[in-house]
Order: sequence, then C-alpha cells, then structure tokens
Amino acid sequence: MDVAPPGRAVSDSPPLLETAGLTKRFGSLTACDAIDLRIASGEIHALLGENGAGKSTLVKMLYGALAPDAGEIRWRGEAVSIASPAAARRLGIGMVFQHFSLFEALTVGENIALALPKKAVTHGLDGTIRTVSRQYGLPLDPHARIADLSVGERQRVEIVRCLLQEPRLIIMDEPTSVLTPQESEVLFETLKRLSQEGVAILYITHRLVEVVEIASRATILRRGRVVGTADPRAESARTLAGMMVGSDIGAVDKPEARMTGAERLRLQGLTLAADRPFGIGLQDVTLGVRSGEIVAIAGVAGNGQQELFDAISGERLAASDDAILIEGRPVGRKGVNERRRLGAAFVPEERLGHGAVASFRLSDNVVLTRHATRDAIARHGLIDKKAATDVEGRVAERFDVRRASPDPRASSLSGGNLQKFVVGREIDRAPTLLVVSQPTWGVDAGAARIIRGALIGLAEAGAAILVISQDLDEIFEVADRIAVMSDGRLSEAFPAGSLSPERIGLLMGGVHHQHDGTSDGEAGHAA
Amino acid sequence: MRLDLVPRPEPSGRMALLSPVIATVLTLAIGAALFLVLGVDPARGLYVYFVEPLTAGWSLVELVVKAAPLALIAVGLALCFRANVWNIGAEGQFTIGAVCGSAIPVLLPDWQSPAVLPLMLLLGLLGGALYGAVPAVLKNRFGASEILTSLMLTYVALLLLDWLVRGPWRDPGSYNFPESVLFSSAATMPVMGEGSRLHWGVLFAPLAALLAYLRLGTSVQGFAIKVTGAAPRAARFSGFSGGAVTLGVFVVSGALAGLAGIVEVAGTIGQLRPTISPGYGFAAIIVAFVGRLHPLGILVAALLLALTYLGGEGAQVTLGLSANVTRLFQGLLLVILLGCDTLIAYRIRFERRGRPAAGEASRG
Repeated sequence: MDVAPPGRAVSDSPPLLETAGLTKRFGSLTACDAIDLRIASGEIHALLGENGAGKSTLVKMLYGALAPDAGEIRWRGEAVSIASPAAARRLGIGMVFQHFSLFEALTVGENIALALPKKAVTHGLDGTIRTVSRQYGLPLDPHARIADLSVGERQRVEIVRCLLQEPRLIIMDEPTSVLTPQESEVLFETLKRLSQEGVAILYITHRLVEVVEIASRATILRRGRVVGTADPRAESARTLAGMMVGSDIGAVDKPEARMTGAERLRLQGLTLAADRPFGIGLQDVTLGVRSGEIVAIAGVAGNGQQELFDAISGERLAASDDAILIEGRPVGRKGVNERRRLGAAFVPEERLGHGAVASFRLSDNVVLTRHATRDAIARHGLIDKKAATDVEGRVAERFDVRRASPDPRASSLSGGNLQKFVVGREIDRAPTLLVVSQPTWGVDAGAARIIRGALIGLAEAGAAILVISQDLDEIFEVADRIAVMSDGRLSEAFPAGSLSPERIGLLMGGVHHQHDGTSDGEAGHAA
Repeated sequence: MRLDLVPRPEPSGRMALLSPVIATVLTLAIGAALFLVLGVDPARGLYVYFVEPLTAGWSLVELVVKAAPLALIAVGLALCFRANVWNIGAEGQFTIGAVCGSAIPVLLPDWQSPAVLPLMLLLGLLGGALYGAVPAVLKNRFGASEILTSLMLTYVALLLLDWLVRGPWRDPGSYNFPESVLFSSAATMPVMGEGSRLHWGVLFAPLAALLAYLRLGTSVQGFAIKVTGAAPRAARFSGFSGGAVTLGVFVVSGALAGLAGIVEVAGTIGQLRPTISPGYGFAAIIVAFVGRLHPLGILVAALLLALTYLGGEGAQVTLGLSANVTRLFQGLLLVILLGCDTLIAYRIRFERRGRPAAGEASRG
C-alpha cells in the first residue's frame, strides 16, 4: 500500500478537504481557534488531542452539524458552506459518531434507510446491508432492534450506514473503542482498502498505537489550536502522547508483584437471567478478588459486563444471597447501599445518567453515592450540604478536575474531567473494594494516567479492585490478573504476565481451550 | 433569515424567572385579541378580568380562598412532576378527600365534638392518599401509564360524588335538591372574622409549601425525588427504588389534594354538592408549572390562577362572556409557558441563510 506522503498533494492538485482559520466559539470558550487542516484523497489522517482539545467541534463543523464562526472549508479547492449533515453527505463526507446517533426504537434497517437519500431506499436494502456489513467483517441483522444491541453492535450500524453512502471522506470518531483486537484488525484492513480506493479517512482516536499502525499523517490539537502535524510512522506512541498533552508522559508506575490479602469480593456461581429479549444473562460466574490486587475483566461490549456490574453493585439482585460475598458477607439479595456500607464502591460505565446526574451540581452528585454510607453527608434523613461541598472540593483538587467555577453542574465538565470526578468521588471514601467499569473510556491520556494511578494507589493501600474494561492496553497496564467475559460466561482469572493480547482475543471470542499455536486471528470471532 | 435554537452551556436562571412573565404578557396579548373578536373592548375586558378583582376587599378575600386549594394541590403535583411522575388525577383525589371527610357530618350529623373537624381532615387526607395510591400501584405492578389511570379515576370519583349526593347522602329535607345536609358548626372550618369567608383552612397551603420546600431542598427523600426525575438509572445506582418514589409522591400529592377537598367543603361550601370544584385539580397543574415546580413559586402562581377564576366570574356578570373563556385563558397560559420554557435551555439566534458573517458568535 502506498499512500501520499505529507506535502505531495499540495503541489499537484488541491487537497480533498482543506480548512483555513476555522473557528468556533461557545460563549467565552473558543473550542476551535483558527484551525488549518488539509486532507488528501486516499490518506488516513489521524486527529489527535486530549478531551476538550476541540476535535469533536472541528469534525462537527466539517460534517455540517455546527456552523463555524469564522474561517472557511474548501472541498477540492472550492470554498463551500456545509449547512447540514445532509449537505455534507451530498458532498461525499460521511461520519461515524462516537456517541451514536441511532433511534433505539427502530431496527437496524430502518435506521440506515433514514440516513440514505430517498431513491436509494429500496426493497433490496436489507440484502445490501447484509452484504456490505459482512464484506467489512461487521455482520449485522437488518431486522434487529437498536435497543437490543450492545454498544459494539450499535457502532457497527453506524459504520455500515456510513459505508453505504459511498463517501469520499469518512470521519471516524474512536471507531475501535468497542472492538476486539481481531475486529480492529479487520477494520484496519477495511480502512486500508478504502484508502487504496482513494477514500480519505479522518480518524479520531486516543489509541496512539493505532495511529502509529495505520495513519499516514497526524494533526495534533491542544486547547483548540493545531500544535503540530507529524508523520506517525516516524514517531512512537509515546512521543505522540507527549505532543498531545504538551509534556512527556511516563507510564504508570506498577511494581511487579503486590502483596495480596483477604478475599474482599467473591462471586460464587452467579447466574442471572437476561432481563430483556436478546439480552445477555450471566452463567455460573465465579471469581474472587483479594485485598491489594487489581483483577480486570476483558471482553467486547455486550457480553454481559453491564449485567455483571449491575449484579455486583446490587442494582440487580441475584437469585440467592450466597452468590455474592463482600467482605465474606452474603449480599446477593442486598441493595446497593448495604454493599456500600460494607466498604464497596462502584463506578459504572455511563458517566451521565448513571454515575452522575447531568443537571445536578457536583456536590449533589457527591450525595448520589454517599447519602447512606455513614459518611456524615446525610444524617437523620437530612443532607449536609457543607459536607458534600467539602467532598466536592477535595475530589476536584486531588484528581485535578478542571471546572470553570466551584461546584458546577456535571453537564458542564468535559468527559475526562467528569470521569476523574466520578472515580475520585468513590476513592475519596477510601473503599476496601472498588468495582469500576470502563475507567478511562473516552478519556484523554492525561486523565487516564491520573485515574489508573489512583486505582493502583488504592490497591497498594490494601483495597481489592475489579476493573471491567474493553481497553487491553489499560488492562495490561493495571491488572494483576485478567479474566475474560464472553457471552455471559467468565473465564478463569489468569495472571496478567501469562496472557498475550492474542490469547485474550481468543477468549473474547469464546475460545477457551485453544492452544495459541493452532489458531489464527480468525478463530476468535468465528463463533 | 432563519431562527436557530442554540443550546445554552448552562440553563439560564434569569430565563427560568422571566419565562412565566413573558408567558403571562403573551397570554394577555392573545386575550386582548380574543376580546376584540368577541366584540368586547379589549381594555375593558382585561380590566374586568385581571384588575377589577383586586380593587375590593371582599374579592381579595375571595382570591385567597380560591388560591389556597390551588396551591395546596399544586405543591403535591410539583413533587410528582419533579420525580417525572405524571399525576393528572388531582381533581379525583380532591373529590375523594372531600367525600371521605364529609362522611362524618353526613352520617353522624348530631355528633358535636371538637374532635369532628380534625377527624374530617384526617379522613380527607387518607382518602386522597389512598385514591392517589391506586395509579401508583397500577404503574408499579402492571406498568400502566399513570397519566391515563389517574385521569380516568378522576371521572370515577366525580361520578361517585354525583351518585352520593343524588342518592344515599341526599339531605331528606332538601326538597329533592341534590345536596347533602349542611354541616354543623363543629364540622365547619372556623373563619378569621365574623361573617367572613376567609377560613383558617387557607393556611394549610403556605404550610404545605414551606414543608415541601424544606424537605425537597434538604432531605434525602427530596433528593430521591429529584434524582428519580432527572435520571432514573442514577436513582437506582443511588439506592432509591423508582417504584417507592412513584408511590410516595402519589400518596403525598393525593393526600394534599384530599385535604384541599375536605377544606373546600368544610370551609367554603359547607355541604356536599354534585360539583364542589371549578376544576381546581386541573388548574393546579398549570399552577405547578407557572410556579416553576417550586413550592414557594407555586404560592404566587396560585394567586394568578385564582385571579382568572375571579375575573371570569366578573366577566360573566358584567360582560356576558362564557365561563369557558376562563379555561381558555388558563390553557393558553400553560401552553405558552411551556413554549417559553424552551428559552431556559436554549437561546434564539437569528441567522441569515448560508454562512454566518465573521464575528457572529461574539454576541453570545
């Protein structure tokens, strides 16, 4: 594969897409400040930056979802005004969103039909969806209802919907965050093929390793400005991260072996029926987490991780008390606050609407998990606002939560900062057991480092930590033992050092007893 | 040229307060146009409706007497609406409260004791609470929409009252008028002055508003209501049961509506009749929203809605306008208010077609 080296397109012909001085302000915040960007046909162009660097704003302007305040966009050398996503699609710009823009009540086919021009919607559409989705290794059932699909499957719908429009430029916002390594590889092959066909790809990701692997050019944003462009093939993930956060990033310090102590969490044959049609149930899940260790559960989204989290936190009750032990006490039928009082703390995957309430101030979000924990946040049924505000200030300071004013609404924080707050709120309780789902999903490198460091610090202080994550880099960075979730079953927890990413990929696909030598990447998701 | 709704970074506190004012002004403007169409001088129409009731002492008393049940009901409804629970059946809970409380003076007309009135109030509270619990149980148990069940139960309650006063509870000495016996003095709310219609029962409204305000702001239960309304998933994570909150707010709002009902018959009317409310239970929905679902704001909003009732009566007498004009005003106010509430989360931007000029955003 040969892609255009940086600079070549400039001299020959105008680039496919170019922006000059593109600016967008939200009130007093300049989200994008005079952005100059050029993308040539057939190149895979990575857009890098921390949360809040302006990446999403920039691509929303390119996709017609936001109108720029100043500057211009040129498409094949001509200044254009992209008034709406439909206009962007007519030009040949397609987008795969990070936060999915799907109607939950409709089927896959209906959602795709909605995005296509009227004349393209025919009776053959279902067949086309099947063919195209299979062709790109993202199989889909056109009749499945979105509400029943996992996060990973929803993303497939987004990608396939975009591909069906035969775009000249595809904007992808964190496309691999919910895929297995093998699926990511398939996607990369797809992207490379599209690139050879002359389709340009603007690829937004936090996974620097991927940038190095597939991108031919990278533009790095920081605080709304372009701080540099690089040829990723000449860089390493670490140097790119340094450009992104503006300082050299060190890996989190992890000692080789931690002392482990008493078992603080025990799952014993935990079985849970699926709570919706096509949902995933839990089957005979058994796991122990000891004081001082971090156990990670890897797996592709929608294989029962959410159900497992809900069962451990007590948001869904198990069939018997003995299925879940916290500090040796049977709690399978006990509520979430009873478990919190035993020293457990929980951080769910969804920040807004689950771990925090968007319209509430941070101090009220402190009350959310601490009103029944003997924390003096609430006594005799009355809330102590002062105590809650103190916690808010303490967490913000300790976890570097950047906020415009003291005690703002949760909705005003960027994703990374809110995640630091939600994790920090629980760590502030000094829990003896922390269960955290996707601790750094959609979070920038700086925030991820702070969060992972805090998890490791907590484990060293003697807490037991269970991390549910789809990010293998993260898992290898923090975990002492790794178990893999697939189709509602949990594998044995293996010492982290004894597992390769490939082996985990196989376990994710439900292949539990395959020897590494006898299988290739395909076996992982053949099931 | 086009209008854009641009999301605000934070909900505007100023707009939250301004929105009811804008809505009131728009309602008045549309009302003026309406008078014009009906052949009434708009200035005179608006005067009769909204100013004249404020010019006499007796009508100010009447304003408070009418605002009290509205506020009492609306405080309960605000708790429901804050929890994203839609109790549309306050009119029914009001009626059942009135019926239950009236059982004592109707069935035991000769019982004269200081215990009578407190017992009546208690029965009114209980009756309203139990009647309010029905839609909550149906929702928790069967997933039935509380909007439909609570509304339909209103008609059950109204028909029950109608049957009682025409049948078993009719006063034998009423010459066949459909009404109960007149309540004895022991079963009647004491008034604040000789011959006044201002009874002590109006104080329940500010009392309930104050209690609700304090509980909502500082108690864990109030927190549960707000979380459940804002993010049900987060409420579960916080350890609150959605079903318990639904039941709780329905019981409380039913109890308050029931109390308003028994106070109305024991304080203002003095007996049961086929119609004991000019639609207080429905108007209180408007009061709750105009009052920003805030217990103290509701006290102000109740006075405003009471004004439309009084003005409507005046308009019937002096202008010969139909009583439906009052309901029209009330409905207009709610619809326009909900429209104006968009401005709390969004601001309007006028935009010329195509690319905005440079510097456009600096206005933000």
